[in-house]
Amino acid sequence: MQDLMQQLLAKARKMASAAEVFAFTSEETPVQFEANRLKSLQSKESRSISLRIVKNGRIGFASSNRPEDMEGLMQAASETAQFGAEAVFELPASGVFPPVETYDPQVEAIALEKMVGLGKEMIDSLTGHSPEILCEAGISKSKICISIMNSHGLETSYKKSAFGLGVEGTIIHGSDMLFVGDNQSSCHPLLDITEVVERVKLRLEWAKTQARVITGKMAAIFTPDGMASAIIAPIMAAFNGKTVLEGASPLGNKLGQTVFDKKLNLYDDATITFQPGSRPCDDEGVASRRLPLIEEGIPRNFFYDLRTAALAHKQSTGHASRGGGLPSPSPTTFVVQPGNTPFETMLADIKEGLLIEHVMGATQGNILGGDFSGNVLLGYKIENGRIAGRVKDTMVFGNVYRLLADIAGVGNDARWVGGRLYVPSIYCPSLSVASK
Amino acid sequence: MPHIEDVAKDLASKLREHKADYIEAHLEDSLSSYISYRGRVLESIGKSASTGGNIRALVRGGWGFVSFNSLDRLDERIELAIQQAEIAGKGESRLAEVPPVVDKVSAPIKSNPENIPLAEKKELLDGYHALIWKTPKLKTSTIGYGDIYKKILYVNSEGSFIQQERADFNLGLSAIASDGNDVQQANMSLGSLGDFSALQKLDEKVTEMSQRALALLTAPRAKGSEYTVVLDPILAGVFVHEAFGHLSEADFVYENDRMRELMVLGKKFGGPQLTIVDGAAVPGLRGSYKYDDEGTPASKTYLIKEGVLVGRLHSRETAAKMGEKPTGNARAINFRFPPIVRMTNTYIEPRDVSFTDMIAEIKEGVYAKNWYGGTTSMEMFTFSAGEAYMIRNGKIAELVRPVVLTGNVFNTLLNIDAIGNDLDMNQGGGCGKSGQSPLPVSNGSPHIRIQKCLVGGK
Repeated sequence: MQDLMQQLLAKARKMASAAEVFAFTSEETPVQFEANRLKSLQSKESRSISLRIVKNGRIGFASSNRPEDMEGLMQAASETAQFGAEAVFELPASGVFPPVETYDPQVEAIALEKMVGLGKEMIDSLTGHSPEILCEAGISKSKICISIMNSHGLETSYKKSAFGLGVEGTIIHGSDMLFVGDNQSSCHPLLDITEVVERVKLRLEWAKTQARVITGKMAAIFTPDGMASAIIAPIMAAFNGKTVLEGASPLGNKLGQTVFDKKLNLYDDATITFQPGSRPCDDEGVASRRLPLIEEGIPRNFFYDLRTAALAHKQSTGHASRGGGLPSPSPTTFVVQPGNTPFETMLADIKEGLLIEHVMGATQGNILGGDFSGNVLLGYKIENGRIAGRVKDTMVFGNVYRLLADIAGVGNDARWVGGRLYVPSIYCPSLSVASK
Repeated sequence: MPHIEDVAKDLASKLREHKADYIEAHLEDSLSSYISYRGRVLESIGKSASTGGNIRALVRGGWGFVSFNSLDRLDERIELAIQQAEIAGKGESRLAEVPPVVDKVSAPIKSNPENIPLAEKKELLDGYHALIWKTPKLKTSTIGYGDIYKKILYVNSEGSFIQQERADFNLGLSAIASDGNDVQQANMSLGSLGDFSALQKLDEKVTEMSQRALALLTAPRAKGSEYTVVLDPILAGVFVHEAFGHLSEADFVYENDRMRELMVLGKKFGGPQLTIVDGAAVPGLRGSYKYDDEGTPASKTYLIKEGVLVGRLHSRETAAKMGEKPTGNARAINFRFPPIVRMTNTYIEPRDVSFTDMIAEIKEGVYAKNWYGGTTSMEMFTFSAGEAYMIRNGKIAELVRPVVLTGNVFNTLLNIDAIGNDLDMNQGGGCGKSGQSPLPVSNGSPHIRIQKCLVGGK
């Protein structure tokens, strides 16, 4: 691939004033269990090469998974450059990147039989706890390689390994359905299922009885999963330099002002060792960093790629990501700094309230404004400091900004949710709840 | 690089010689282009070419699946798929009988996106962009256009050899208005199977969308409560897709005894006025095709007929395991994924209630239109209206902020008490399942009325 990239770059330079070649290859091996049984083994190989050029002051772009088709790529990039966005930024020259480890050769060495065994272990453990549970489980290993070269002399590449472990169980009684699941991912192999299955079992225990809440305002604890399902997406959008540039971020003119509760600290960090969201540089070759977003309730920075930063008269923060097309700013790894309140203390403080694990559809509304509302797919009633049972037919709604402006406690129980978010439980004194 | 037709011919003979219980291959060539605007400026314009394929093997009930971009080393890939299936397989392979088909389907492509100059596509979007920005107080906007032309070859060990073409267009627009801290948005999305003209002449709708974003800034929020709710055809279409459609996908049911009890054919799901259909054989819609990705001919499947569950959507495997007929609903978003049970064109059949009659007796209710999105856990659903009005004393009253509707699927279907006479199909958006998103589908309905629906609000 490196040779092809160099050839393509050399050709592109002849017809364009600047050029960049980005290549991606991946090999993924997922093992899937359905209805408590091994269902399929897969192997997925994928590659893509993309060419971004500046021609007559405009950006042209083409991508393909046929790297040998250089003429096709050049022609498509030229064609799109006739209409492309104005080139307002310079590609980076060779840079110095922080040493971020993301590749563990042990992952590739894990045998298929071992992966199958992990799935069986998870399912056996859960069916041992709840015989009526039906589980889907997935174990996967992957390796990706990213290479970037440009006409300003940048030439870099890095490898990343990833291993994922996940299980979701369903229990059905009549038309009543309970879904509980958990997952873990890392750049290292994950060979111990304990954490995943113990969290699922705890949720199964809590859901054994049902409880009702009445419509009104009440205290609520969002667990790390609850935070991920309801609260984080609007915040990610608001700190995106692109949203800010367009004037659509509620935080656009609030840097340096107190917006959130002073117990709240958030940063984006692509430099954490062996985390799946980590990388030495972003998809344009700009160095990764730890970027403070909220410090003691005060928004400090927004995240940018090259183009957005140039338009906003800022510097790229190393947050360019590509999903097949042109780069755009996206978060890498969100870290909400843990507080010092134990989960049990939060729970003990609540006379009547909700413990929220999963809000379904919370982020499908007007996320820019911070409004959220959705069905509590998994949540529990808290009564006199204890979990009284699972709630059903219950909807919560509110506004993320109002909610995070007044926090009663930040948990010391932070953990990874989905590999790219590290977040503790958050205790909110008042949340609107509607129930049948 | 070799042509995929030649590779497919070569594969056809190799697959027939192999000892898996069943083995199939997909090969795909596609070309796509996209144009997007954010705010006042063009954000990106690009083209992409893709070639690749997969081999899927079944041995003793276990599946192996190998996907790739490079079309070389196919013998090795076939071996790998079989080896994987052998490790996974501990039971018995069962697939519903489908007669082998040899066919070449040239899709009714009115306008192949590859033949429309990029300049023409951009000119259309420039027009909409200018219209959106005529609206005062607008903070930002997005326009996203995409098209794809695909040629897909399917061969299997039973002798099927099918070539199908497909062209898909999609367009999404949004206008975002802001007043100090408050941000409100209005969206629209549409698509078409192979007809670029479906995206043209939308000036009036685009203007209306932009003005609505602005109007929402001063609109009150609905009070969160249970209401009688009337859904427009677009939102009712999303409802039928999300709330019921996914439940009728047999892969959620076939290996789950409790789900089989819950979804037993003959069970009452709604009133006698309720009939729900899914079918790729309904022509000219985004979810239409002649053969699915297992080579099964498309059909039109009644899911609920006059309130009673009468059918469900199948792949060959789920049909065999449930002793039902395959319906041609096994679809893969592209060659990187195996086919799974998916919807195609899903809709509620029209009845005879006029819109005026439907709202006439509602003292206080919500008229919910359009959509942002929706999702389901099978038992519970939630979906967001893009636009909502209060209904007061039988009349449409004030505009309110977009609402989220949620509830129990089974109760809500039983609570549909009026179905209109104005079926309309929504071709925008796409469906997501098991990481395969967005798959082109359409859904639709006439206006419907639901009693006692939970609406999120203040």
